[in-house]
Amino acid sequence: MEENISFEKSLSELEKIVAKLENEDCSLSEAIELFENGVKLTKNCTEQLNSAKLKIEMLTGEDSDE
Amino acid sequence: MAGVISVKQLNTYVRSLIEGDTRLNYISVCGEISNLKNHYASGHMYFSLKDNDAVIRCVMFRTNALRVSFKAEDGQRVVCSGKVSLYEKDGQYQMFVENMVPDGIGNLSEQFRLIKEKLEKEGLFDVKYKRPLPKFPKNIAVLTSQSGAALQDILNIISRRYPVCCVTVYPVTVQGDTAAKTIIDALNAVYEKGTADVIIVGRGGGSAEDLWAFNDEQLARTVYESPVPVISAVGHETDFTICDFVADLRAPTPSAAAELAVPDIAELKSQLNVFNNRLKRGLEHKFSASRLRLAELLRSVYLLQPMEIVATRQRKVDALTDRLKNAYKTNFDKNNLRFTTLVAKLEASSPLKTLARGYAVVEKDGMRVKSVSDLQVGDSVSLTLSDGTVTSKINKVVKE
Repeated sequence: MEENISFEKSLSELEKIVAKLENEDCSLSEAIELFENGVKLTKNCTEQLNSAKLKIEMLTGEDSDE
Repeated sequence: MAGVISVKQLNTYVRSLIEGDTRLNYISVCGEISNLKNHYASGHMYFSLKDNDAVIRCVMFRTNALRVSFKAEDGQRVVCSGKVSLYEKDGQYQMFVENMVPDGIGNLSEQFRLIKEKLEKEGLFDVKYKRPLPKFPKNIAVLTSQSGAALQDILNIISRRYPVCCVTVYPVTVQGDTAAKTIIDALNAVYEKGTADVIIVGRGGGSAEDLWAFNDEQLARTVYESPVPVISAVGHETDFTICDFVADLRAPTPSAAAELAVPDIAELKSQLNVFNNRLKRGLEHKFSASRLRLAELLRSVYLLQPMEIVATRQRKVDALTDRLKNAYKTNFDKNNLRFTTLVAKLEASSPLKTLARGYAVVEKDGMRVKSVSDLQVGDSVSLTLSDGTVTSKINKVVKE
């Protein structure tokens, strides 16, 4: 799974896969493929959530008077 | 600069000096309007701003003049904001007014009402312009005071809830005359940078005067022009500013703005868990359903007793053969009966039977004789009996 796939896209893809898998109409081999992709996506999403740290960039500017 | 210079050179130089001073780039001045002239052809407004001791010439160009929310008149006390520069042609320095509002702290609520009404009328607050926030923001621009508690609140909440994004802080002045200008500049810097997908602009609580910068008309217009959703979080829940109305979303406090801007990572993780479980259960279900179907198929009589496939068909063939036989027999019997009936009928009408009882057929010259009158003594006739023919001569003819 590429890093550059956005979290939002991964999550909505995952949502679709789960719904598809729960739908009775797919074949067993399709189900296995869906499952594998789904697991990859959950892993990818979880990694994205775990690995990153908040980046704070402070631009220099006029100081405040508050 | 040495030697003698021209007037134009001097004026240009002085102008550059004035324009080089950042404080004069955007400044708010209060005073009384005098010598107001509306230039009807151009739409520009020319006037002087004066107080007891001094006067300055002012010009307000058409685009800005059109936005003045009240009818300016001589003698009225106003606050003009804009830049100061020198008009080289007549060597007079003057103010290029961008914004004009009625003066007086006591007048704040009236000013607020006027600006609000005006922008509302222009449609800047229309619901149709309100955009949804990005679900998973990558880059959040925060415009607030660097030293304020609001910034710490925002950063704390974002780092707790969603520590996977990037926050860019644009320190701005949030109160006082220059505040609106610094916020406008920061907004423009955000737009220019183009990386932010949501903007939080705001400050902590304060008096109505403290929050006044967020009622600035130009600020409202700049927020309105934002290419990405803007969350306005000014003061406390009970404070409403023009900036709140024009923003895509108003947050009651800066902390609330941070909560609204980002999703909760814990919730996302548990949602992912749910998805993971559903995936597993979905696959397990698919497997057990398949297994069940297979077991059912395996119980099929054909798999258990393959010869039954032949036997079933054999039974079918036998049954058909029986039917064929029966049908043939029925048909044959029916036809046979008809035949014997016909034969019996035929026999009944046959003269042979009569002959068998002892009768004879009399023929003369090949013609059957039915009356004695057809015969004479001496005629030769043939008599046909059941088993042969005799020929005889007539001896006597007696008619009865």
